Amino acid sequence: MAAQSHAVTAADADRFHMTEEHHPENGTLLGFWIYLMSDCLIFAVLFACYAVLGRNYAAGPSGADLFDLPLVAVNTGLLLFSSITYGFAMLSAQAGRKQPTLIWLAITGLFGAGFLSLELYEFAHLIHEGAGPQRSAFLSSFFVLVGTHGLHVTFGILWLITLMVQVGQRGLDAPMLRRLMCLSMFWHFLDVVWIGVFSFVYLLGVL
Amino acid sequence: MTAHDTHHHPPGAHEGHGHDAGHGSLKDYVIGFVLAVVLTAIPFWLVMGHVLPTPQMTAVAVMGLAVIQVLVHMIYFLHMNSRSEGGWTLLALMFTLILVVITLSGSLWVMHNLNTHMMPLDAHDMKQMP
Repeated sequence: MAAQSHAVTAADADRFHMTEEHHPENGTLLGFWIYLMSDCLIFAVLFACYAVLGRNYAAGPSGADLFDLPLVAVNTGLLLFSSITYGFAMLSAQAGRKQPTLIWLAITGLFGAGFLSLELYEFAHLIHEGAGPQRSAFLSSFFVLVGTHGLHVTFGILWLITLMVQVGQRGLDAPMLRRLMCLSMFWHFLDVVWIGVFSFVYLLGVL
Repeated sequence: MTAHDTHHHPPGAHEGHGHDAGHGSLKDYVIGFVLAVVLTAIPFWLVMGHVLPTPQMTAVAVMGLAVIQVLVHMIYFLHMNSRSEGGWTLLALMFTLILVVITLSGSLWVMHNLNTHMMPLDAHDMKQMP
């Protein structure tokens, strides 16, 4: 009896160990992924809003009158470069090299800040021309959609600075790698959303 | 470049390892980046150069290229595959995509119907109706 139960627990322990080997995740990354999916739904709703309202100009300017495609192209390039430099930061972090990680993170932050300042310049320019969010339904939905993306990038940069300080203080231990991984997913996700913005809003807007 | 040819890991750096999500190689990132640049340049070129004969064709091409680029980002930057986190990330993604499709197509369909069935504005407009 005692031997039998011992055998069962040993077998259970074995099986438990097996599954542990196949799925050693602690759930943080999956949880963060599910947060990103809920964020994706927020953007889907804003895209739907823009799709419905995007042609209601209220006799005001249209996308073809307002959008400056070369500026958008530069912005897209900045975000794309920040994506690959973050990738380089992750590679350095996984190799345990603190200094290159910090440098790549800083470059990523600079690209992000460049993106943000160009976007703010564009917004200021539009509002100065009288094409602010209160001009028409098209402009309201445009500012909400693009502004929400810009707000995400802003918080991404704040998060990036926080992680740079933490990496500087604590080095690249396992929790730090996990945090860097979460921001990596967030950052690449924002780039994915931007693909939708520049294709659907800007490029289709000037057609 | 920070290509890590030396494989020395600090103690503890490997503790959180084992999840196969998000461990790309330098090659992955470079391939993804090149593809993304090409897939970004083509739609900008199509729109700014007025390459295709009709705006409708351009719109379809731009949206098609956008979908391809999203897939490229998912695979090469977010390192999505059916195995990460035991398949749960892919399941969550598919569920989200279904909701996104319902939200987008549903909104457009309903609002288009509303527009076409809109009542005329006033009695004067009413008289103009057939």
